[in-house]
Amino acid sequence: MSDSEVAVHNPALRHHFAEVEQQRNASSLGMWLFLVTEVMFFGGMFCAYLVYRTAHFGDFAAASSTLDLKLGTINTAVLILSSLTVVMAVWAAQTGKQKALVMYLLLTIVLGLAFLGVKGVEYAEKFEKHHVPGPTFHFAGAIPGHPDHPADPRHAEMFFSLYFVMTGMHAVHMIIGIGLFAFLAFKASRGAYTPAYFTPIENAGLYWHFVDIIWIYLFPLLYLIDRHK
Amino acid sequence: MATTAVTPERANYLNAEYGVKSWLLTVDHKRIALLYLLSVTLFFFLGGFFALLIRLELLTPAGDLMQADTYNKVFTMHGIIMVFFFLIPVVPAVLGNFLMPIMIGAKDLAFPRINLLSWYLYVIGGLLILHCMLTGGVDTGWTFYPPFSTSFSNTKVVEAGLAVFVSGFSSILTGLNFIVTVHRMRAPGMTWDRLPLFVWANYATSIVMILGTPVVAITIVLVALERTLHLGIFDPKLGGDPLLFQHLFWFYSHPAVYIMILPSMGVISELITCFSRKRVFGYKFVALSSVAIAVLGFLVWAHHMFVAGMSLYAGLIFSFLSFFVAVPSAIKVFNWTATLYKGSISFTTPMLYAFGFLGLFTMGGLTGLFLAALGVDVHVTDTYFIVAHFHYIMVGGVLMGYLGGMHFWWPKISGRMYPEFWGKLSALIVFLGFNLTFFPQFILGYMGMPRRYWQYPPEFQILNVLSTAGASVLAVGYLLPMIYFVWSMRYGKPAPDNPWNAAGLEWMTSSPPPTYNFDETPVVTWEAYNYEELNKKEEVPVER
Ligand SMILES: [Cu+2]
Repeated sequence: MSDSEVAVHNPALRHHFAEVEQQRNASSLGMWLFLVTEVMFFGGMFCAYLVYRTAHFGDFAAASSTLDLKLGTINTAVLILSSLTVVMAVWAAQTGKQKALVMYLLLTIVLGLAFLGVKGVEYAEKFEKHHVPGPTFHFAGAIPGHPDHPADPRHAEMFFSLYFVMTGMHAVHMIIGIGLFAFLAFKASRGAYTPAYFTPIENAGLYWHFVDIIWIYLFPLLYLIDRHK
Repeated sequence: MATTAVTPERANYLNAEYGVKSWLLTVDHKRIALLYLLSVTLFFFLGGFFALLIRLELLTPAGDLMQADTYNKVFTMHGIIMVFFFLIPVVPAVLGNFLMPIMIGAKDLAFPRINLLSWYLYVIGGLLILHCMLTGGVDTGWTFYPPFSTSFSNTKVVEAGLAVFVSGFSSILTGLNFIVTVHRMRAPGMTWDRLPLFVWANYATSIVMILGTPVVAITIVLVALERTLHLGIFDPKLGGDPLLFQHLFWFYSHPAVYIMILPSMGVISELITCFSRKRVFGYKFVALSSVAIAVLGFLVWAHHMFVAGMSLYAGLIFSFLSFFVAVPSAIKVFNWTATLYKGSISFTTPMLYAFGFLGLFTMGGLTGLFLAALGVDVHVTDTYFIVAHFHYIMVGGVLMGYLGGMHFWWPKISGRMYPEFWGKLSALIVFLGFNLTFFPQFILGYMGMPRRYWQYPPEFQILNVLSTAGASVLAVGYLLPMIYFVWSMRYGKPAPDNPWNAAGLEWMTSSPPPTYNFDETPVVTWEAYNYEELNKKEEVPVER
């Protein structure tokens, strides 16, 4: 953004801004603020989760131990990898490598879809085991470390309620992100982004990192309770 | 909406384009403000209609106008519409939208299209609540408390929740837009300590909007999921805790009171300095007290739950904090009073509304301290004392500020003057009608009349009749400005650019302003509220 010659003639500059730098600063601040609202949005659920986990720790640990640790770990790796491809996409935009930009965006989409696929497998397993909250819910596990002490199925149902709400809300955000990247990849393939203007790529990247970070918290909170016992 | 004039007009945002499309697809913050004005006014009268139904039912001790179930739906609809579709958007989305960019010397808000999106989200939320109302309504009260809302109510809780959810995002996007605008769009020389106090107030409001609204949004989603998919989050049958809902709900809904009142406080700061012809007393204190209210407002929510089964220890802390949050509000009131001191005060319509605000807000604030005190609160919880208290803040405070601001800036918005005599009359009627409506409710509540019942013991009747009579006076007071504002768009005297000889960038552009607000981006070289300088070169004002 150093070249003022480019800035003056930039077709992406909208009428109410004085200069491109101001516009870029505005949209990036806007994105950060949006992420703040997202933190508060997920914050409500994290708060509910932590309250109940503290109140019914043993039962939550019992319910948590039925989650598939292997699939969860694979998904964590997939997401972290996708954050890397997003960073590469931003870099490609910054340095004007259009083909690489489109490729990294598509790669991110593929990784995102892979995550959702694995998530789908996990959800299906919950249906088979009757671990979906509602009238058909059934749970008969013991509290970890106390094999003769059965967990309270009502509290386990609450764990799975929170599990579905939190991972579900996370998945909704992933789907929105994938849609966003598809749109950006389409625009990028037509040369919409140049080293002088790639704010949408940057902002979508920020959003994706945020969705990743949510998972980085969800994974230990939901999958890794009391695993050592 | 466009004014018709015989003489060729200067180009302005109203005559720039014509036709429905030019309004529905506009990205001009001033036009979007007018879209909000129209829709917010509709909802105000709808909410007012429900208020009138409530007051009519309470005219007699027996439940004779409607069934108890209908009454529940009526006060719920009154609450939801007035809180989420009127009080929260009214000042920021109408006056804030119109004035914020002009006051800081910008061409528009930072994200004009997102601004339009906010309005559409508001409308979608509004249509949802209208549909909900017409197809059966909802009876949980505007607070949606579980387990009633999740397991027992047979009314349209999910649809009402969805309406609140969608309109919440309208509010989030407005807040986000305002914050970015204040940070990134200020004209050269418009430093933070030169910002008009109305801008400071809206900035603080926006902080509350973006931090609080998402929490109530997810809370309502959880209620809806529990109701539809039978997830167990708040359900006591599964070991869930309905109190958790109350904590999450009030974490937003107490600060929401500041979303409502802060922008009106900003309006009052503008009015009082202008009509005292003095720089505001203690500019920095008034400005930062807005931010202090926004921050402290997040720490007091549980004073709504003193009798809900919370621990006494938590009660003590929240009681203390609730007293504490009164300090920045008091700072504002003292500073406004000090601004009046030795000012040359003129009793125009906006100033009458500002005086009304001072009196009513102070009453509402002081009775709030009664409620912050644990012992008194236990006595008056869920009585008409509470109802009177929050109406003094929300109607006495917010609405007085809004109407004062509407009169003050109407010449700028419409390019026409409103009739001053009728304006003063409306201010007087609203003030009297308001007190007649709500003062008796303090007494009723103190005597023990509970809220949300459709019948009551006969000894409460006299005060209830007074209150209902007051409500009809109030209705006249609100209809008057509606009528003469519309009248003035056609027949009002053309407004000069600065009819009040007021400070502020909005008075340095034409009335109504051109589409991009200023012909040339202004450069600010003076302090805010430089009335000492303005008084020296006083022009003859148009009609006082
Ligand atoms: Cu409160």
